[in-house]
Amino acid sequence: MSQTVLDDISRSRAPVRKRSRFGDVLFRRSSLGVAAGLIALLGLMVWVLAQNGDHVLAHFGIHFFTGRSWNPVTETYGALPFIFGTLVTSAIAIVLAVPVSVALALLINEVRLGWLRNPLTVLVDLLAAIPSVVYGLWGLFIMVPWFDHTVEPFLAETVGRIPLLGALFRGNPNGGDLLSAGVILAVMILPIVTAITREIIAIVPNELREAALALGATRYEMIRMSVLPYARGGIVGATMLGLGRALGETIAVAMVVGNGLGLGASLLRPGYTIPAVIANEFREASSIGFHRSALLALALTLMAIALVLAAMSRLLVGRTAKLLAGGGTAEGAAAPSAPAVSG
Amino acid sequence: MIAVEPSLQRARVSPVRRWKNRAFTAALWAAGFLALLPLVFIAGYVLAKGVRALNLDFFTKEPAAPGQPGGGIVQSFIGTGIIVGLAVLFSVPLGIMTAVYLSEYGRGRVARSVRFVAEILLSTPSIVAGAFIWVLVVVTLGSFSALAGGIALTVLMWPIIARAAEEVLRLVPQELREGALALGVPRWRVILRIVVPTAGAGIFTAIMLAVARGLGETAPILLTALGNDFINVHPTQPTDALPLRIFNYAQSPIDQWHTIAWGGAVILLVGVLLLSITARVLSNRQLRRTR
Repeated sequence: MSQTVLDDISRSRAPVRKRSRFGDVLFRRSSLGVAAGLIALLGLMVWVLAQNGDHVLAHFGIHFFTGRSWNPVTETYGALPFIFGTLVTSAIAIVLAVPVSVALALLINEVRLGWLRNPLTVLVDLLAAIPSVVYGLWGLFIMVPWFDHTVEPFLAETVGRIPLLGALFRGNPNGGDLLSAGVILAVMILPIVTAITREIIAIVPNELREAALALGATRYEMIRMSVLPYARGGIVGATMLGLGRALGETIAVAMVVGNGLGLGASLLRPGYTIPAVIANEFREASSIGFHRSALLALALTLMAIALVLAAMSRLLVGRTAKLLAGGGTAEGAAAPSAPAVSG
Repeated sequence: MIAVEPSLQRARVSPVRRWKNRAFTAALWAAGFLALLPLVFIAGYVLAKGVRALNLDFFTKEPAAPGQPGGGIVQSFIGTGIIVGLAVLFSVPLGIMTAVYLSEYGRGRVARSVRFVAEILLSTPSIVAGAFIWVLVVVTLGSFSALAGGIALTVLMWPIIARAAEEVLRLVPQELREGALALGVPRWRVILRIVVPTAGAGIFTAIMLAVARGLGETAPILLTALGNDFINVHPTQPTDALPLRIFNYAQSPIDQWHTIAWGGAVILLVGVLLLSITARVLSNRQLRRTR
C-alpha cells in the first residue's frame, strides 16, 4: 500500500467534522514548516557566516588565503599556515585510515568470522562515540610523549634518511606536531569510512562473487575482481566523507597539533589548523578591526569545503548503490546514513 | 551477507595464488586488530588514570584555588545538564516533526531536499555550528550563555533525530494507519496517537543517540557557553560543561587539574558509551521484532 493511496483515503473522506479537516491541514503545514526550517537553518548558517566573513575577504582578497603571516595585533591576516596544517593533518588521516577501513570492511563482510563479527562491528562503531576531548586528552598525555620518545626518533632515524621521502620525517621531535594530529584524526574517521564502505560492499550482488568463485578464484582474487571494482565509487565517497570529518575536527587536533605557525615539509614540527585557530582565538576577537571577521571567514571556508565534500560523497555513494541495485528503486540502498542493519 | 565462502581445500590452486590469498586474509585480520587497539588503549588509560580522581568532593564541590588540595567540578555537571537539557528541549520536537513530515507526508522534491540538507548538516563541522551561534546569539545578546550552548547543540542534534526517527517511523506497518483512517480518525490524530507512539521506543533510541553526540561536543559549547568556575543555573550567563572543563584542565600546567581532567573523562566516556551501547541494543531488538 503506497503513500498516495493513503493520501486519497484521507482526502476523500465521507462526512467528517470540519474541525478535524482543519486540524489535518494545520498539522501537515506545521510539519512541512518545521522540515523546511531545517533547510532554512542551513541557509541562515551560510548567510550569517558570509555576512560576517565578508569584510576580511573584501579587504585582503586572495591574500587572506595565501598570506603566511597571521597577527591580530598588527591586523595582518594570512590564513595559509592554518590551511596548510588542516590539509596536511587530514591527508595523513586519509592515508592511514582508508586502507585500514577498507580492509576492516572486507574482513567483516567477506570473511566468515562467526561469533566475532558482531562484537567487532560494535567495537569499531564505538570508536565513533568517543568524545573528541577524550581523544585529545589521551593524545596529549599518552600518545604525544610516546611519539616524542619512541616513534618519531625511530622514523627520523630510518625513513628520515631516505632521500625525498625523508624530508617528511626530519627535525627534532618535541611536543605535539602534525603527525600526531594526523594519527589521532585517522582513528577518529576510521568508523565512518568503515561503515559506509561496508554498506556499499554489502550490496555488491552475490552473483558477481559466485561468478568469480566458479571460475576458480581465491578469496583475494574474488575480492579484487568482483567486489572492489564495483564498490570503488562508494569507497571514494566514503573517503570524501572521512576527509570532511577530518577537516572540521577541532578539539582533539587543537590539543595535539602543537599550534605552531611554521610551514615546511617535515611532519615532525608543530602545525596549526583552521578549527583550532577559531577555538583558540574567538575570545579575543572583537568586532573592531578584522579579527572576528577573519575567524568567521575561516569558518565559512571550512563550511564550504565540508558542504561540497558531503554533497559529492552522498551523490557518489548514492549512485554506486543505485548502480549495484540494478538501477531500480534504490531508495533504501541509496541512503548511506541509514543505521547499518547487521545480520 | 556471507553467502559464499571460497573453499580452497578442494580446488587446485597454485602455491603462489594460495600464498597471495593467505597474505591478503592475514592483512585483513591485521587491520581488524589494528582498529581495535586505540579503543582498548584509550578506554584502558582513561579508566586507569581517571578512577583515582573520583571522590565525593569531585561531584559536590566547586574547584579549589590553584595549589589547594581538594575541590571538584560540580558546576560542570550542572552546566552540562542545563545545556544538554535545553538542546533536548529544542531538538526533540523539531527533529520529530521533521521526521513526521518526511515519513508521513514527504514526497518529491521538497522531501528529497530536506533529506539532502539533513545529510549535509550531519557532516557540518561542529566548530562551524559553534561559530554560527556565537555570532548569531552570543554577539547579539552580548553574553556567552547556556542558552546559546543549547542552541548550538540543537543545530547538531536536530538532523540526527530527524533522520533516525524517520527510519523508525517508516517501520510502522501501513495497516495500522489504514485501519485507523478507516474508522474515520483524522490523519493528524492517527499520526500523533497511533504512528508516533508505535514507533516510540525507536524514537527514544534516536534521541539517545543525539544526546550521546551532544554530551561529548566541546567546540560548539566552548564558543557559546564559554565555561564558568562556579555553579550557574541562569540560562543567560556563561556556564561550564564537562567536556569544556576537561579541555581547559588538560591544557593547564597544574598536575592536580590533569588528574581532575582524567576523572572527568571517565565520567564522560562511560556516559557516552553507555548511551550508545544501550541505543544500539534497543534498536537491534526493535528491528528484529518488526521483521
